[in-house]
Amino acid sequence: MGFAASVIGGLAALFAIAAGLRAVARISLKGQARSLAHDIPLTAAFGLLVIAIYTFVAIAAPALAPFPERDIVGGQFQAWSAEHWLGTDRIGRDMLSRLIYGARNTVGIAFLTTALAFVVGTILGLYAALVGGWLDQALSRFVDALMAIPALIFSLLLLTIFGTSVLTLILVIAAVDATRVFRLARAVAQGIVVMDYIEAAKLRGEGSWFLIRREILPNATAPLVAEFGLRFCFVFLAISSLSFLGLGIQPPTADWGSMVKDNATLITFGDVTPLLPAGCIALLTVAVNFVVDWQLHRASGLKEQ
Amino acid sequence: MAREVLLKIEGLRIEGRAGDAWTEIVKGIDLTLHKGEVLGLIGESGAGKSTVGLAAMGFARDGCRITGGSILFDGIDLRQAPEAERRALRGKRIAYVAQSAAASFNPSHKLIDQYCEAPVIHGVMPRDEAAHDAIDLYRRMQLPDPEGIGFRYPHQVSGGQLQRAMTAMAMACRPDLIIFDEPTTALDVTTQIEVLAAIRDIVRQFDTAAIYITHDLAVVAQAADRIKVLLRGDEVEEAPTRQMLEAPREDYTKSLWAVRSFARPEQPAPQAAPILSVQNVSAAYGKVPVLDDVSFDIHAGRTIAVVGESGSGKSTAARVITGLLPPKSGGVLFEGKPLPLALKGRTRDQLRQVQMIYQMADTALNPKLRLRELIGRPAQMYLGLQGKALETRIRDLLDLIELDPDTYIDRLPGELSGGQKQRIGIARALAAEPKIIICDEVTSALDQIVQEGILKLLTRLQDEFGLAYMFITHDLATVRAIADDVVVMQRGRVVEQGPKAEMFAPPHAPYTELLLSSVPEMDPDWLTRLLESRASASV
Repeated sequence: MGFAASVIGGLAALFAIAAGLRAVARISLKGQARSLAHDIPLTAAFGLLVIAIYTFVAIAAPALAPFPERDIVGGQFQAWSAEHWLGTDRIGRDMLSRLIYGARNTVGIAFLTTALAFVVGTILGLYAALVGGWLDQALSRFVDALMAIPALIFSLLLLTIFGTSVLTLILVIAAVDATRVFRLARAVAQGIVVMDYIEAAKLRGEGSWFLIRREILPNATAPLVAEFGLRFCFVFLAISSLSFLGLGIQPPTADWGSMVKDNATLITFGDVTPLLPAGCIALLTVAVNFVVDWQLHRASGLKEQ
Repeated sequence: MAREVLLKIEGLRIEGRAGDAWTEIVKGIDLTLHKGEVLGLIGESGAGKSTVGLAAMGFARDGCRITGGSILFDGIDLRQAPEAERRALRGKRIAYVAQSAAASFNPSHKLIDQYCEAPVIHGVMPRDEAAHDAIDLYRRMQLPDPEGIGFRYPHQVSGGQLQRAMTAMAMACRPDLIIFDEPTTALDVTTQIEVLAAIRDIVRQFDTAAIYITHDLAVVAQAADRIKVLLRGDEVEEAPTRQMLEAPREDYTKSLWAVRSFARPEQPAPQAAPILSVQNVSAAYGKVPVLDDVSFDIHAGRTIAVVGESGSGKSTAARVITGLLPPKSGGVLFEGKPLPLALKGRTRDQLRQVQMIYQMADTALNPKLRLRELIGRPAQMYLGLQGKALETRIRDLLDLIELDPDTYIDRLPGELSGGQKQRIGIARALAAEPKIIICDEVTSALDQIVQEGILKLLTRLQDEFGLAYMFITHDLATVRAIADDVVVMQRGRVVEQGPKAEMFAPPHAPYTELLLSSVPEMDPDWLTRLLESRASASV
């Protein structure tokens, strides 16, 4: 009961801090940032706070972690104690430290992967919509073909072919995800390229890169940002599931997905420790989705009645 | 003719939400409508005409709320009545015809199915009977092929026919009151007449009361018994149609009448060779031919108006000139030298010389760019202006279009009014320092008073910079006001062309005659006379 209570208490504290920060922001900020602070719902403020904490932990991991990431510092499966706050894992590494380093690895890799998928998918999608014709057809049908293969199976296949390094992991998942981004970017841009202002820019003699960058992209940001948040969560889960299957981030690098798998046996003994990394994933996913919802709401231009 | 009162609105107040604050957009309007009477509601946009029209159904749009006054429809207080009762009235006893029939029909159902919906739901008649009735009404609305047209989908029917089908649909339950919200505004003159005549006839046949909302006085004069003028949510005056037209009391009403009087002084006949000439151009979209052997010249300092109904190829001619649509045959000469046919083949300087202003400023300006960049980009690109020089140029351009640079330079298009947006479109074209500006229906989405402002601005700029305008329009009043030369197009061909004075003096080509006679006049008997003369001519 104590554990459940502390989780709920922790979340409530986070919400309270988020509300406090929002109140401070509303008073201290100026101009556009201020109206943004007025606009932001509590859930989104909470989401931003959680993301900020994760980012901080990921960056400051070496300073925060009491023990090194990969060293064996105690016995196997030690219980929670003053020295090892969250106990030790299967081979005696400190759980808390690995959890902290895991933020760096899992979140960092997920972020890089999503960013890469977005850069590639968005540019190709917007370009295909702008140019149209056979290039659009070729790219779109190629993407359709890739999307026809189930994502997880496809990544497993590629990872077995190219080997499991962090770099291939990033590239493979980015490639799989870029197809989804491509579809979205192309669909959004198709509604934009028919506008008169695009025709006006073409008549002015603007090149494709300018059209994509200055005329189309600013009008497509809202749905793309929203998609970025969602995609980020999916990438996160994909990495974690690949790690769980043993094809993702390789030991001894700390990673939340493999940490669940490695310590799963503890669950049978009624210990919640292996669920903590899963909880970290869940919390970040929820936080990102709160922010995404807010962005979607802003993008749709709907005001609450 | 004192008939029973059907609708009585007293002290109607409606508030609209802007951001977080509520502002009053209808400020205490009284309105009385007798059975079988047609009331014209006119005013510029933002006058609250549509809001009042909807309130007559006891309805307020999202973001609006009725805050005061009473709405009595045939003894029922629509403000107090429960929503269920109001819903039972709508479509059955009060019907609504919207401006854009194309947007109001559900695109995935056949016309007749949509027609039958209201009578069946309200339990007026069973489906078979309603379908029979639909065909009868389609016939009365003078729709072609009344037996078959109901089985088409909305996109298979032309705009004017769709608007008539919509009116027929509103008639389905034989309502006591129909609200027409700008039913002919989106149509061109020749179609407008057909719809207007059909609406007038059907309303008389069934003795239906109507509220006719429009910003076009001449149109409302044909249909309404009484006219009420609104301005910013207030009533300006109300009078029987004839009296209103002959002796308007208020200054504002007089100014509405006077708008059409603006005219640019006659220009002397051109001496120099044309700056641009379109020579024997034929063009097609895929396999569909759109232009057939079209030729005309554009002279510096003069305005050439290209008129014709929608689908006549006027805009396509502009696309050929700009290079967006390379012609199948023929060509375009600029200052005596042939222009490359396709956009890609043209040099930056050739592109600079021909600029374009669009009909819908909303879609012609990138909503995410600030005015600084919207106007500055052509100056930066064509003239290589940077930093200080660019900033000065942008400010000069804003001054030219009569917008204060300090206030507007960092605004987004969404923060401007319709007329201001159109001015930005003009500034963007000017920034390139072109010789020719193509204006594609630039005033047709605007109110008459705003229109006049834009036309005056364009005229002033033309005199200042010796610009040549190619003015694409279907509004002959605008042509009268500013054109020097006129080209009349129909189905992709030039029917007639020449200086304005010649074009507006008889004899005309038959199509020009039809166009000219279709422009509504400020005379309540105009439509009746015209229909009679057309009927006798066709016999």
